[in-house]
Amino acid sequence: MSNATLKELSANLAAGACSSVELSHEFINKINNLNKSLGCFITVDAERTLVQARAADARRAAGSAGPLTGVPLAHKDIFCADGWLTTCGSRMLSNFVAPYDAHVVQRCNDAGMVTLGKTNMDEFAMGSSNETSYFGPVRNPWNLETVPGGSSGGSAAAVAARLAPAATGTDTGGSIRQPAALTGICGLKPTYGLVSRYGMIAFASSLDQAGPMARTAEDLGLLLNVMAGHDPRDSTSLERPAEDYNRDLARPVAGLRIGLPKEFFATGLTPDVQRAVEAAITEYKKLGATLVDISLPNMELSVPVYYVLAPAEASSNLSRFDGVRYGHRAAEYTDLMDMYKRSRAEGFGAEVKRRILIGTYVLSHGYYDAYYIHAQKLRRLIAQDFTKAFKQCDVIMGPTSPTTAFRLGEKSADPVQMYLSDIYTIAVNLAGLPGMSIPCGFDGSSLPVGLQIIGNYFDEARMLNVAHQYQLVTDWHQRTPPGVK
Amino acid sequence: MKWEIVIGLETHAQLSTVSKIFSGASTAFGAEPNTQACGVDIALPGVLPVLNTGAVERAIRFGLAVGGKINTRSIFARKNYFYPDLPKGYQISQYELPIVEGGTLTIRVGDTEKTVHLTRAHLEEDAGKSLHEDFSGSTGIDLNRAGTPLLEIVTEPDMRSAEEAVAYARALHTLVRWIDICDGNMQEGSFRCDANVSVRRMGETELGTRREIKNLNSFRFLQQAIEYEVQWQIGEIEDGRKIQQATVLFDPDTGETRMMRTKEDAHDYRYFPDPDLLPLEVTSERLDAVRSGLPVLPKERREQFVAQYDLTPYDAEQLTASRELADFFDTAASGSDARIGKLCANWISGALSARLNEEGLDIGQSRVGAGQLRRLVDRIADDTISGKMAKDVFDAIWAGEGDADQIIAAKGLRQISDSGELEKIVDQVLASNAQQVADFKAGKEKAFNSLVGQVMKASRGKANPQQVNDILRRKLAG
Amino acid sequence: MALTLDDVRRAAHLARIAVDDAEAAGALAQLTLVFGLIEQMQAVDVSDIAPMSHAQDLVQRLREDKVIEGNQRAQFQKIAPEVEGGLYLVPKVIE
Repeated sequence: MSNATLKELSANLAAGACSSVELSHEFINKINNLNKSLGCFITVDAERTLVQARAADARRAAGSAGPLTGVPLAHKDIFCADGWLTTCGSRMLSNFVAPYDAHVVQRCNDAGMVTLGKTNMDEFAMGSSNETSYFGPVRNPWNLETVPGGSSGGSAAAVAARLAPAATGTDTGGSIRQPAALTGICGLKPTYGLVSRYGMIAFASSLDQAGPMARTAEDLGLLLNVMAGHDPRDSTSLERPAEDYNRDLARPVAGLRIGLPKEFFATGLTPDVQRAVEAAITEYKKLGATLVDISLPNMELSVPVYYVLAPAEASSNLSRFDGVRYGHRAAEYTDLMDMYKRSRAEGFGAEVKRRILIGTYVLSHGYYDAYYIHAQKLRRLIAQDFTKAFKQCDVIMGPTSPTTAFRLGEKSADPVQMYLSDIYTIAVNLAGLPGMSIPCGFDGSSLPVGLQIIGNYFDEARMLNVAHQYQLVTDWHQRTPPGVK
Repeated sequence: MKWEIVIGLETHAQLSTVSKIFSGASTAFGAEPNTQACGVDIALPGVLPVLNTGAVERAIRFGLAVGGKINTRSIFARKNYFYPDLPKGYQISQYELPIVEGGTLTIRVGDTEKTVHLTRAHLEEDAGKSLHEDFSGSTGIDLNRAGTPLLEIVTEPDMRSAEEAVAYARALHTLVRWIDICDGNMQEGSFRCDANVSVRRMGETELGTRREIKNLNSFRFLQQAIEYEVQWQIGEIEDGRKIQQATVLFDPDTGETRMMRTKEDAHDYRYFPDPDLLPLEVTSERLDAVRSGLPVLPKERREQFVAQYDLTPYDAEQLTASRELADFFDTAASGSDARIGKLCANWISGALSARLNEEGLDIGQSRVGAGQLRRLVDRIADDTISGKMAKDVFDAIWAGEGDADQIIAAKGLRQISDSGELEKIVDQVLASNAQQVADFKAGKEKAFNSLVGQVMKASRGKANPQQVNDILRRKLAG
Repeated sequence: MALTLDDVRRAAHLARIAVDDAEAAGALAQLTLVFGLIEQMQAVDVSDIAPMSHAQDLVQRLREDKVIEGNQRAQFQKIAPEVEGGLYLVPKVIE
């Protein structure tokens, strides 16, 4: 059963083929067996999980079950969940039991979904390999010597290893799409504002967006239907009528115009990734899509722009972690200043500190215009590139990541090499567009390759349709990592 | 050497919303510590601010009342610094684009009117409170006040004396209560001023280096602090030292200001637009709605009082100290002529105000109503009672003994204005006081007053004093 | 513009993060690499472009002035490092 998709689990539960309690037990057992080697979960709490599972079964018995009632899922440890340890991958919050539910968690709970646990992640979502977590790295189920990507690496690896049928993730510069690509699963970052950020611990507020991670496009749609929706507690949450993101799954893709940015296929892209992505595009061509050469001329600046804006916002967002009201406080200090400095020096890891320093510097007196304002202006240029591109095409395709999963420690020494892992994903966040990654093949080392699909604002249903049609004629998304049953 | 004093004020007016500026927690004063600090106020991880309409509307009311420009779009920014009573590590404020720019406020010092120009007024959140006592070596943090909406109102450096600064602060205090955006309670910190003070030699055109006196929460402290600071600065310069830009605190116990920090250790606040808050838009519909709900402003009321009742500007100013007081006067004086209006004004500014002060009441709690006051004034105007009698009647009304006419009747206070009756009394007094009559005729004016006194005494205080005067003069001249 | 050790120390102080000499030197080396990347931005002339602060070109949604939160002190202070009499305690603040 743990190899089933959300859709299948939903059907099985509806048909009475299994109960939520049985399902939950099965996943908890798998997690207990495999988490030690994979490191996907920071917290599991079987008791809490089973309370929800029993409630879901009761709800089904009472005839008030929704499509996902009783279906288990894992939450990235960036989402506050009432009564759950919520660490954000940091020592700073290693003792933080959240006193409330994030909007996303609340919506999943309201739908009757069952929380399996909180997944590992790069500390405060800052990383592309899941190596910055205070709770240790996550290993890629396809090869335990490689990283799962990040920052939603725990969620991605858990879904890839069948420790959870689906998981929530967040994506500030590629943190859903890149780990999805590196672990051979599907992940969707919605249009900014579609999913409430309330209760999601902020990294870079103008870029952060939560989204679903699962094994098929259809499952992404099912979970997005639950996650998305207006929330008055997030004033950037959009007021839009509810929609069924799977409504267009069956639509043929004949006539679809696929934009191929030349910048996505330039230097830096590894040949294996390029080959797999081009094969996928050929598949679309066979399905009747037309290919359009486009250009996103400012895309290469997205990485430097991002590494000004995201750290700037983060440096401010992370100021609340001061050891006064919650979180880590140093054991010894001489005065208030010393308490602040020690608590934060001890509570934050190296990458987080690095980004706080970058952000503090670019916002400080005398540098603000040269860095921050300059980057915000370039952000507009980058967004405008997409606006122009979408006049010529319906979706944009390319690689999600320039490489497949890299070895643990391989890029830790040079932050710039790590930052460049997100070269194809960051521009989407800067523009606020929806983007997704689906599996499209393997490299020579049998590591998965992801195809990135970028849609216009609010085009999630079309993107899921496009991905689903591909998954009807390919089976990359059904491959399982070695050793996973 | 003559010195010119230059003062600009920054005032924080706490806006009278029921909930906080970015959260749904209560703003009520005086609750147990941290019981009105919700997740947003204590800055839990993951929480987000959502702006309160009530705060925006109050800022617009203010902008309209001072004739400022209401920006169609304004921006919230983060002001970053660490302090234990600032839970997020940043204060949400408006920096580059505030909701209100410009505007003026008219003040009066003595007989001189002056216009103070406002630079801007912007919305921001208040911080919590640090309590330094009682916690053996620790400071206690109460975040109930964190997130209370503030309007920070900044003037140009237009004021030239402590008196002008106080007059401005008072006028502003009146205005914010007048338009119902702030309760003005200075003890509770609802209205507090920072004063930027510098001095320069008379005739110099460049501003001197300023020092900012923080957190002055009474008009008296404002005056004392500025006066001390000015003397200190002049002393420094005359002794050949330079003023360093600094932030200082006023100590009410010593009456002195003391350095808090210099410009060198000033914070680098790293302002940037808050990514959690999109631009604030003020539509013309909202502007019109707020405008239509705005009361007639103090300045217009003053002008109306002067025109209609021939009050002096000073009297008009007294009567517009609050909207309730102006309304009280308006009700009392309604439909009357200038004479009665003037009498009403005098009674309100005189006996009534004194009585309210004495008993610590405000005009809304007055035990003499506007109608009652008017009926009393009417009896003075039609000579039924003298001013002196009226004082007794006023006291009786205050004591709840009824209306003017009832009290006059009950106490037999009606004054004698019948000239036949008065002449009789005067004749008796003149007959039995031959010496005083002789003295008066010999040129001793004092003797006249003595005779008036005798007549009043003989009438048991009821004689119309003016008439007594006239009759006496006539008879003595004869 | 080359980053200096003083820049690193100043930023660390503003951000209230303790750094010893070795950490500051290490941070300087890494930040120098990152700023090498960031400086690429300066090649583009953006003088007539408006800065973009938000992913959406929208205006702010406001909430009604209503109290919807009650006393949650006990729940919140359960996870606080140090409290007394309902107050959060910190080392003495000197003003």
